[in-house]
Amino acid sequence: MKVAVCVKQIPDPASDYQLDPEDHTLVRPNEQVLDDTDRYGVEVALQMAERHEGTVTLISMGPSGNLQGVRQALAMGADKAVLVDDPSLKGADSLTTARVLAAAIEREGFDLVIAGTESTDGYSGVVPQQVAELLSVPALTYAIAIEYADGTVRIKRQTATGYDEVESETPVLVSVTSGVVEPRYPTFKGIMQAKSKPVDTLTAADLGVDGSVGQQVTAVDVSPARAAGEKVEDDGEAYLRIITALEEAKVI
Amino acid sequence: MPWVYIEESQGAPVTVGLEVLSKARSLGEPTVVYVGEGSDAAFATLGAHGAAKVLHITPPAGMLGTAQVAATIAELIAAHSPGVLLLGMTYGARDVAGRLSARTGGTVLANAIDVSLDGGVSAVNEVFGGAKLVTTRVTGPGTPLVLVRPKSFPAEPSGGDVPPIESVPLADAGHAGSARVTGTHTEKAAGPKLEDAAIVVAGGRGLGKEEAFGMVEELADLLGGATGATRAIVDSGWVPYAKQVGQTGKTVKPDVYIACGISGAMQHLVGMKDSSTIIAINKDEEAPIFAVADLGIVGDVHKVLPQVIEALKGR
Ligand SMILES: Cc1cc2nc3c(=O)[nH]c(=O)nc-3n(C[C@H](O)[C@H](O)[C@H](O)COP(=O)(O)OP(=O)(O)OC[C@H]3O[C@@H](n4cnc5c(N)ncnc54)[C@H](O)[C@@H]3O)c2cc1C
Ligand SMILES: Nc1ncnc2c1ncn2[C@@H]1O[C@H](COP(=O)(O)O)[C@@H](O)[C@H]1O
Repeated sequence: MKVAVCVKQIPDPASDYQLDPEDHTLVRPNEQVLDDTDRYGVEVALQMAERHEGTVTLISMGPSGNLQGVRQALAMGADKAVLVDDPSLKGADSLTTARVLAAAIEREGFDLVIAGTESTDGYSGVVPQQVAELLSVPALTYAIAIEYADGTVRIKRQTATGYDEVESETPVLVSVTSGVVEPRYPTFKGIMQAKSKPVDTLTAADLGVDGSVGQQVTAVDVSPARAAGEKVEDDGEAYLRIITALEEAKVI
Repeated sequence: MPWVYIEESQGAPVTVGLEVLSKARSLGEPTVVYVGEGSDAAFATLGAHGAAKVLHITPPAGMLGTAQVAATIAELIAAHSPGVLLLGMTYGARDVAGRLSARTGGTVLANAIDVSLDGGVSAVNEVFGGAKLVTTRVTGPGTPLVLVRPKSFPAEPSGGDVPPIESVPLADAGHAGSARVTGTHTEKAAGPKLEDAAIVVAGGRGLGKEEAFGMVEELADLLGGATGATRAIVDSGWVPYAKQVGQTGKTVKPDVYIACGISGAMQHLVGMKDSSTIIAINKDEEAPIFAVADLGIVGDVHKVLPQVIEALKGR
């Protein structure tokens, strides 16, 4: 089974995110981490590959930087990475991103594509569905559980009121929530091996995709901040303040 | 003319669809693309909220159907070239919008909290937990697709009549449309609906263990409110996704929001920061939730919550 998993390198969420004052795109430092959301995708991909004699290829678009994020995923156990890094893709919208990812996935060949449900820094939440459409495969989305047998992928698809059981034959794309599995931590051996695993770097032209962007930020405004109220250290009586606040809000 | 995508849930148009339709009235005469079984009552509701016309698509039975629905809407868009398609941001709408944009080449603007057609289609969305508002204009070809977050606009009836209904045949989507739905599981729900409740008591990982969510339920019960949760404890399987508040869950604007053991990550804040009164209990005085709380208690939920519950029981 050939598994392709879409992973994104993002600025460390613990750092302060900045917008470029010129074009208002997110500033991406040289050192970026693996999007935590994608650790779940990588884990699902690895489990599928381990159980069904497969390989796992990481597909990523964005500035390579020092490749820390991609190496993290390789250290978990992925076999190789394909990275599309091209200045013309700076500020790419979701459709351009999906065109790039789909072209790279097609070039590698696949039975199963795994993606996260939404990225931490972009969170458009539509890239996986766009990729599926471009690859002409079903998208089994918002998976909270996944299994595979005899050419059929079955998932539990999270819904507003519970979940649906959804299935389809491969080739197929599955987007996974962050509850689906417990991602493994890279072992020391994994980290060492990751250093020599193949990382192909491609441009948009290599894939025949033009990096046009269909949207432009026209304004960035500071939203009227909600003022912080009072902060009270609990001395054993603080619950009375809550009761008073509930009374003031006229809900009790 | 604005088009609005609305899906059916339990026989009725989804609320976020009616919210978006209400907004669309201010942008022109809305045509609704309605996806569901359809009924006189459902069409009347659409008319009452301002639909001038309904294009009705019945999804294929027993199938996921998003690829077929997207292919059908793509044909409609090719035939009519609407200026914009607005969609309330549900899971289903994200699936359809993604596929549709890949088919038509139209740009998707996601997470919109406002939309304008002045000088082209543009949308506003909140970034950094709502600290900044970014306006994005569509410059690409095709009909722009705008996914609007729930509760961005009120659903307000305009008193319109039942609009003309045109039934649209379903397009074929080949292998992409082959996903089957083999079972549906619905979690039992008690008490008021989270998105409509006047009081929300929400719990996070600071509760420590699944059983401690019982305190949150008890307090919500006493106040006649609904329970909510962070994604952290939804992903851990403590509570169902239906309870999740935030960017990828529900948006709530209750009179009172009580956050128990919740750090206040920006993805959580965007779902609740517009509540009238926010009360937070967290043992870390640096927790970001305190930046939006009207009343912040620096303390242990395991001490404070039982005291609040006792005090309310005694009233
Ligand atoms: C793309 C994306 C989308 C997301 N969407 C959502 C979303 O829709 N909703 C959402 O909620 N999150 C969402 N998240 C996750 C979000 O980033 C946070 O990880 C999550 O909200 C944290 O949940 P928490 O506050 O329960 O846990 P933590 O961040 O672990 O916070 C627990 C808090 O409890 C406090 N605490 C611990 N013990 C006690 C005690 N005894 N008494 C009192 N306080 C205590 C701690 O000080 C801490 O502040 C999303 C993330 C991403 C990347
Ligand atoms: N630039 C990218 N490179 C690789 N994968 C991506 C990229 N952008 C989005 N994805 C995938 O699509 C998912 C959803 O992202 P988004 O649509 O941006 O919210 C992510 O979890 C990734 O799996």
